[in-house]
Amino acid sequence: MSEPLLAVENLRIDLTIGGVHHAAVKDVSFTIGRGETFGLVGESGCGKSVTALALIGLLRPPLSVGAGAIRFKGHDLAQIGADDMRRLRGASVSMIFQEPMTALNPLSPVGRQIAEMFVLHKGATWVEAEKRAVEALASVRVPAPDRRAKDYPHQLSGGMRQRVMIAIALACGPDLLLADEPTTALDVTVQAEILELIRDLSAARGTAVLMISHDLGLIANMCARVGVMYAGRLVEEREAEDVFRDPAHPYTAGLIASLPLLGARARHGRARLQEIEGVVPSVTAFPAGCRFNPRCAERLERCAADDPAETALAAGGRVRCWRHG
Amino acid sequence: MLAYLARRLIQTIPILLAVAGVIFILFSVIPGSFASSLGDDGKAVLDADVMARMNRELGLSDPLHVRFARYVGQLAQFDLGSSFRTRQPVTGVIAERLWPSAQLAIASMLFAIVVGVPLGFLAAMRPGSLLDSVSMVAAVSGLSLPKFWLGLMLMYLFALKLGWFPSFGYGDGGLKHLVLPAVALGVSPLALLARTTRASVLEIMNADFVRTARSKGMSESRVVRWHLTRNALVIVLTTVGLQFGSVIGQAVVVEKLFSWPGLGSLLVDSVSLRDIPVVQGCILTIVLIFLVINLVVDVLCAMIDPRIKYT
Repeated sequence: MSEPLLAVENLRIDLTIGGVHHAAVKDVSFTIGRGETFGLVGESGCGKSVTALALIGLLRPPLSVGAGAIRFKGHDLAQIGADDMRRLRGASVSMIFQEPMTALNPLSPVGRQIAEMFVLHKGATWVEAEKRAVEALASVRVPAPDRRAKDYPHQLSGGMRQRVMIAIALACGPDLLLADEPTTALDVTVQAEILELIRDLSAARGTAVLMISHDLGLIANMCARVGVMYAGRLVEEREAEDVFRDPAHPYTAGLIASLPLLGARARHGRARLQEIEGVVPSVTAFPAGCRFNPRCAERLERCAADDPAETALAAGGRVRCWRHG
Repeated sequence: MLAYLARRLIQTIPILLAVAGVIFILFSVIPGSFASSLGDDGKAVLDADVMARMNRELGLSDPLHVRFARYVGQLAQFDLGSSFRTRQPVTGVIAERLWPSAQLAIASMLFAIVVGVPLGFLAAMRPGSLLDSVSMVAAVSGLSLPKFWLGLMLMYLFALKLGWFPSFGYGDGGLKHLVLPAVALGVSPLALLARTTRASVLEIMNADFVRTARSKGMSESRVVRWHLTRNALVIVLTTVGLQFGSVIGQAVVVEKLFSWPGLGSLLVDSVSLRDIPVVQGCILTIVLIFLVINLVVDVLCAMIDPRIKYT
């Protein structure tokens, strides 16, 4: 197998409060191949977004990369200088954020906000850049792109704004696109369009995608491989199909069991929705041993004492659980 | 746009009428009149008959609503009446004072903007730094200092001890006489502007769209130039507008202290003399200026921020 586009190795992200480092993300490793779509799932606060921000070098205090390596196209992004990182950002790695409402500058026409990419990375003049921005808008299937380019963000719908974000992110043909909950803030019907757009454009341009979501259905749809995160750890990493057919980690199993099934009530009558007991612990109060152990239904004695290591599964993939170790 | 301006200007009419009404009621409630104030120095007490005749001549013996109706009638013809004291038309008296007042207000606001905005900006760029802490403590102090005390201290230090500037008066209207009163008046808007600028810049630096800008691979200086400045400007501009208005009001104290021949000192003198037409004229002028400045600021903000509609 050729070298992957991105290899994250034992990444730790520290949250520093009053001089004390808390590992918000710990020992996270995964790879993404060229053109591959990799999914990261987990509840809010499990460290998905923070991991993405680390990949693009946008962690701000009190968060910082504590240890590990982020290998990307021959660079280690965990070690790289600020100026080199800035040149990669937008050009080779770009990001789409969750909130299209606030992610665009309200006082600047959207065309200009796309055009900035060409000025920054392609050395274009503003006139050229504005022209290419209209083309970029057309490529994300915005109707009447030459008129829309002059619009301000508040004049566009959420879906349109997210299209603008995608146009910005893909403007310079990046190798890796980080999509952090790109459809969470949108209507369901719009969600499908946006996902299709991301899938089509990344496939056409050979862009690899890190798709972050709490939505298992979306991840199953979009990704070949999936990583499941819980409380700052990657607890399971496998082919998407395997994960959903036969989850190895009790947390993944719990997540899948808690999916409400469409039509279940009609078939089986009224029933309580499944849930995982308890809540995600806060970063400053992670439990000893396996971080999932207080909520785990299949807890063993050693789970509360020892942190499980990663185990390779026979069917391929990895899991971090004593039941498999 | 023009329709909007016209509508806004028409809206000022009821406000001005309400202000005129309040002043009328106030002066009918507070004891004393122009005639009685002439005897206030204790040297001469006017005869009751003389006072009654004087009040009659000045039209003060009529009932309140008659006087108010008469005044509004005059206002409709842009006539503010005549001063009780000098018998000159109030419009002329005010026109004389308008330029010194404008000089003082503009100079103090320029001082506040030129120092306060960069200070707040630099503090926000390095939150928690020495510059940040020092300037913000100074800003709180600047806001809390009483203007008359600050004025006296400035006089003491820069006029009496150092002799750099004259201690009071208008002189020939040059810059030298303007400096101390402008500083005394400008310190509190400066402090407020510094704090507002800092807060708004900090807020914008943490905004999602600034994160987006960074994710594009923009340098911090470009982030500031392309995305921060315009957004911060709206907030700063609004503060400048409000402060401009309050500076004109607060000028009363400073003008009196530095014997500055502006509207403020005219107002104070006229109040103590119960020279009602002049008081009315001064206050209406100040209110009008305040309203116009706010209108200008609203229009400017709408030009910068496309989300603001002319409605």
